[in-house]
Amino acid sequence: MNQNEFMQLVNPFKDKLFRVAKRLLVSTEEAEDATQEVLVKLWNRNESLDSYNSVEAVAMTMTKNYCLDQLKSKRAGNMKIVHNNFTDREASLQQKVEDSDTWNWVERIMNDLPEQQKLIVQMRDIEEMEFEEMSTILEMNEQAIRTALSRARKTIREKMIKTHHYGIG
Amino acid sequence: MALDRIEKLLAKYFEAETSIAEEKELKDYFASSDVAQHLEQYKPLFGYALQAKQEQFTATIPLTTKKRKSVVWLSVAASVAVLFGVGLFTYDSMSTPEPQNLGTIDDPEVAFKETQKALAMISESVNKGIGSISYLNEYEQSKNKIFKK
Repeated sequence: MNQNEFMQLVNPFKDKLFRVAKRLLVSTEEAEDATQEVLVKLWNRNESLDSYNSVEAVAMTMTKNYCLDQLKSKRAGNMKIVHNNFTDREASLQQKVEDSDTWNWVERIMNDLPEQQKLIVQMRDIEEMEFEEMSTILEMNEQAIRTALSRARKTIREKMIKTHHYGIG
Repeated sequence: MALDRIEKLLAKYFEAETSIAEEKELKDYFASSDVAQHLEQYKPLFGYALQAKQEQFTATIPLTTKKRKSVVWLSVAASVAVLFGVGLFTYDSMSTPEPQNLGTIDDPEVAFKETQKALAMISESVNKGIGSISYLNEYEQSKNKIFKK
């Protein structure tokens, strides 16, 4: 497979990978790095790509694992503080500039979810993936995914309603 | 769109029992302008999902490995070329050269004459050379005059 063919293979889902990475890592730069890393890894596996049923699913799994590793190593070191500072500052800046924009509320609520729920909501509600597909990528059974998804959606609803009423009152 | 259907779908949605198609229906409903007032609060939730899907990966993908690969290929090609060259050279020098016509003269008389001619030519050239350095003696003499022994 040459570079062009690889790009054609990757193009339909590279944005998806990026969005999933960004959901987990929050910062755009880190999400870009993660996506690049995953795509380069994928490119290095060039020869064996044909043997996979779905390259997209493989890429998604790699992205998920890479981001979770990233988060884990960040938590182990001092980096966590840096990262939190960064996200906090970003949020407050956004808050000032466009506080009226309720979409940001949804985003911030989603950022507070546990990682697994973040991933599930991202895949289901934003990328509109089937449960079957998600279960292979997340290595979870469908029922567990449904349970987590329901829990995440309810959490978002609860917090949304709270802010909604708060906004009115 | 019937309101009770939307409400039913919403309930199913929060139990995570809706299909992709049903979720699309919900998104379409909340994207439309006539959302029932008591459902208004869900609007940003579905709106955000649609908006978040628009984000794109704009950074370039550094596929540097391709370059490295071609360098490896190039060095292999170069070494093959060198090996081939050396091999050809040794093969060439190892194999006995074919007998060539070097202008051998069979008749001894003629050969003797030819040899004499060649040697005479050499001695003539050598003598010419010697003649041209005979004036070095002049230097020798004047040197001896100055630096008396």
